[in-house]
Amino acid sequence: MSTDQAPLLQVEDLKVEFKTDDGIVHAVDGISYSVKAGTTLGIVGESGSGKSVTSLTTMGLTRSRSTSVSGKILFEGKDLTTISADEIRHIRGNEIAMIFQDPLSSLHPFYKVGAQISEGILAHRSVSKAAARDRTIDLLEMVGIPDPHRRVDQYPHEFSGGMRQRAMIAMALANEPKLLIADEPTTALDVTVQAQILALIDDLQKRLGMAVIVITHDLGVVAQIADEIAVMYAGRIVEHTDTRRLFSAPQHPYTWGLLKSIPRLDSPRDEELVPIQGRPPSLVNRPSGCFFHPRCPYLLEDHKRIDPKLEPVPGDVDHQVACLLPDATRREIWQGLRAGKTPEELRALVEPPAATVAATTVPPDQGGGV
Amino acid sequence: MSATSPEALIEVRDLVKHFPITSGIIFQRKVGAVKAVDGISFDVMKGETLGIVGETGCGKSTTARLIVRLLDVTSGELRFEGEDMTKLKGAALKARRREMQMIFQDPYSSLNPRKTIGSIIAEPFAIHGLLKSEGERKKRVQELMDTVGLNPEHYNRYPHEFSGGQRQRIGVARAIALEPKLLVADEPVSALDVSIQAQVLNLLRQLQRDMGLTLIFIAHDLSVVRHMCDRIAVMYLGKIVELAPNESLYGFPRHPYTGALMSAVPVPDPAGTSHERQILTGDVPSPANPPSACRFHTRCSKAQGRCAEVEPLLEDMDNGTQAACHFPLTPEEAALRLPPALASGLV
Repeated sequence: MSTDQAPLLQVEDLKVEFKTDDGIVHAVDGISYSVKAGTTLGIVGESGSGKSVTSLTTMGLTRSRSTSVSGKILFEGKDLTTISADEIRHIRGNEIAMIFQDPLSSLHPFYKVGAQISEGILAHRSVSKAAARDRTIDLLEMVGIPDPHRRVDQYPHEFSGGMRQRAMIAMALANEPKLLIADEPTTALDVTVQAQILALIDDLQKRLGMAVIVITHDLGVVAQIADEIAVMYAGRIVEHTDTRRLFSAPQHPYTWGLLKSIPRLDSPRDEELVPIQGRPPSLVNRPSGCFFHPRCPYLLEDHKRIDPKLEPVPGDVDHQVACLLPDATRREIWQGLRAGKTPEELRALVEPPAATVAATTVPPDQGGGV
Repeated sequence: MSATSPEALIEVRDLVKHFPITSGIIFQRKVGAVKAVDGISFDVMKGETLGIVGETGCGKSTTARLIVRLLDVTSGELRFEGEDMTKLKGAALKARRREMQMIFQDPYSSLNPRKTIGSIIAEPFAIHGLLKSEGERKKRVQELMDTVGLNPEHYNRYPHEFSGGQRQRIGVARAIALEPKLLVADEPVSALDVSIQAQVLNLLRQLQRDMGLTLIFIAHDLSVVRHMCDRIAVMYLGKIVELAPNESLYGFPRHPYTGALMSAVPVPDPAGTSHERQILTGDVPSPANPPSACRFHTRCSKAQGRCAEVEPLLEDMDNGTQAACHFPLTPEEAALRLPPALASGLV
């Protein structure tokens, strides 16, 4: 997050709302981040956390009468939220490309894979069909599809799941984009194929110098390929830092929950999983105060009222977190969780030792105790 | 693992399931077969959790469906408490089915959207003619809802009013309604959000402890399987390539395919991914036309001429593992494929 190089993409206070019959869906609620060329940002969150809507908006794919977008998405200085439909069409698939989650439903079953890839080239480059076809074959080869001369004339159903995802990547790379957005690129794939695809994205990024945004719910995936990670919850970024710090010293209770609720290959086998209670909130009627408070084991009375801002952790400007707990308490809780204690046991660290009566009057940064 | 082990609930011997590939519209001729399960043998002991892992198309779901007789076996033996299941029909089969239940992967498509939760969970009682009085049935259903962590007052709600995790709990309540001896869970958490998965996994473990259930747990996620299972069978293209107790499999995998699977699991810790990853190349071959002899030889880093000619059988290795491989992994090779925390005991 240092500023030795101007960011390629800069998102500032982006809000996306959808009007529906049930009310306004606050899909993205004031998020900011930036991505520099050659780096990878991981966006982590559950379904409904707004992670996909953010990138769809970047691609100009959420434009409609029932959507309202505010804030800025600056791509090389141009604001993608305000430019015309023609201009964004020129950028989409050309300078910014996207890989979608489900390669089967993202490829048209009636058209040959090669034709679908060359379509993107022909749309943005003035080249002959033959040249586009040659380029397509090169692309298929680059993403590791064997026998590309034969495969270029095959239909999607003749490809396996992993190969379809490779074809999708080839399609995204057709015009050498500066920014690649991968939305759950490996969720539909087997673990062995997932490893292949992640290695491929990593390798292509190094060779082509792209900026990459990887959107996923899988912390294992971002640990492998992201340089920095933003954790999203209910349309907001709740924690944002570099990958090493997120895993070694996470600060937000939701991040702790995600880390402790998945079994890991390298943790003691009998370790109990600590699920996050409850379920993600509705984006129409959001909770008051901190959006995570109904599921947070370290809730104090104040947290139902006060809405935390995303702020740097004291002493570490590159680590931002939106949590009302005092910094020292958060560190103690994470140490405890790491040592295998349960949130119930650690709750004592949060509650003021004397009396809970005072809880409503004590400012949160003094409510920490011990 | 003797065939007459007294505690075995399920004994599977040379189980085969081939799905015919036909050609022609009116006069259908068989032109080939998808060898979904092609000669597998294992026992499931009473009270244990057996995990079955493998990639898409390895036959793990077919195996589950054969065990609960949702599919008919092509050949081989399948015994439940010593009784041959493959020949059972009609009333005898129905009676046996009371003792084995299944939890499905997709909590959205496995619940009838037009029935209330109460009637979905009560359906097993209706099918087997139990708890005939309305009041009795409702009381039992509400007990079950309470057991799996659902609010019993939601008895009259419909599936669409519940989230994915809650729906999976409904599926679990339905499965344990008849107090089965065996529960087969086919990818029970892979369709759920990360924060919800742990809730369902913990529920299954708790139910197993409380009810003494035997569990067959099918998943593609090696970390989840490690957390849940006592013994694990690794399948590849319709065959079991490795069968081992949990600690042995994750401490010292012997089959190169198991090693490749382990190596591919992303570890959510940048420091823990320092091990050299052994990424498998290519895709799983078609089960309609599997490679000769050892089916893994086309993708195996250790394959030699013999692997394409002589089929390796599942044999006892020195660490309590059974693996079907001519050239099993050495400790050094296994250590390369495991995350550092697991590999520490090997070298």
